Formats: sequence, structure tokens, C-alpha cells
Amino acid sequence: MAAEVKIRGRLSNGVADIKSLMPHPMETGTQRDPQGNLIPAHYIEKVVCFRNDQEVLSADWGASVSKDPYFAFQVKNCSPGDVIRITWVDNKGESSSGELVLK
Amino acid sequence: MNMNRRQWIGGMLALGSAALLPLRALADAKTAFKATSADTALQELFGDLPMEPSDAITFKVPDIAENGAVVPVSVATDIEGVQSIAIVVDENPNPLSARFNISPDVAADVSTRVKMGKSSTVRALVKTSDKVYFTTKEVKVTIGGCGG
Repeated sequence: MAAEVKIRGRLSNGVADIKSLMPHPMETGTQRDPQGNLIPAHYIEKVVCFRNDQEVLSADWGASVSKDPYFAFQVKNCSPGDVIRITWVDNKGESSSGELVLK
Repeated sequence: MNMNRRQWIGGMLALGSAALLPLRALADAKTAFKATSADTALQELFGDLPMEPSDAITFKVPDIAENGAVVPVSVATDIEGVQSIAIVVDENPNPLSARFNISPDVAADVSTRVKMGKSSTVRALVKTSDKVYFTTKEVKVTIGGCGG
């Protein structure tokens, strides 16, 4: 089970300033382990952000996004109590998500 | 009977194309990420849309990245009708790093961190329905981000 997405957010004037961290190895497939074996590619391919179950933003990533990806963005038309949810799927089909209730 | 059959065929065709559309979009993204040159990646992403340099894109990347494994990148713009934002690192083995699909409910303002194997031109591209706006920056990497 992959680690949960960590989300922090601040709401001001209806705009939610979201910062998130997704613990993930983001292996490019070109690195070698200490024994000299290639480490298979393992990276997040798709990230989707929802506000109250409505999709507001998605991202397609390659393996060149840094390890443990950081992703920040702003969601408009938010109110206190709205739920921001971020989910990801990687190239091995693993997935995880995280939620934040805006204050 | 004839009428019914036509409707049924029409319905099936509509269903079929509806099911195919998202698949095609996904395939485009995958081939663009596999491209090994920036030009091919841009061609896959934007096809024949006209491209134009723009001062209306705020592109934040460091001039010198001490650690190529973690290079902060931030792209924001006031351009109207933004559909997506892409980040391309020309010298990386697969230059396309990320594409963000912007809806009217989010600001055209995204930040993340990317790996850079060596010093490179980095491009920020903003797609609207009829044009692609871009800006570029040179980033000098002192320690590469790909095990180098």
C-alpha cells in the first residue's frame, strides 16, 4: 500500500492555495542498484485533483518529476468545508490518495 | 424495423466514438512522454498549433541548480482560456516532464520539482484552443539528477 498524499491548504477569498507531497520513488528506469542491476522504471503517471468529487485539475507526469513529488496549485470558487482530494496512479498500476477539508 | 436498425447502428457508432476519445487522448500523452527529443515531444503534444513566445508567462526556475535531482519549477500566466501547461527539459533523455490540464476552476499557476541530468534549456508551454505560448530559460546544473 503506497503512502498517503500529504495535502496542506489555505483558503482566502474563495481561492484555495494547495500544496501536496506524494511519497514515491519516481525511478526513471536508467539507474542501477549497488549490484549493478537496472532498477525498473516506477513513477507516477497521472495525478487528479477533485473538489467535492468534481475533477478540477489533472496532470500527466514522466519519470523526470523528482522523487517524492511536490505539487502546488490553486483551486478557485472554494468555500470552507469543501473537500480537496488528490489521487495518483503509477506505471505499475499502484495508486494512493489524500484528502483535506478546507477551513 | 428499418428505422430501429438505423437508430441502433447510430447509437452504437456514438458509443464507440465516445469510448475511443479518452483512449486517444491518453495515447497522445504517453507517446509525448516517450519522445526522446524536445521537438518530437512538442509535435506529439500540440500537433500543428502555432507557437509564439510570450512575456505573459511567469516561469520560475533557478539559474543554477546545485542538485539536478530536485529543481523547483513554477509556471503561472494571465493568458485567458488556458487548457494545459507543459514543462520540457530539452537535454533530458525524455524531455517532457509534466503536463497539467487546467480547468476553469483552477488558476493557471502550478509548481513542482523536476530532475535534470545536465545543464539545459527548460521550456514552459501554455496551450489555449488556438495557440501555444511559451517561454524558455537556461538552467545550469552542477550535480546531475540521473545518478551522474
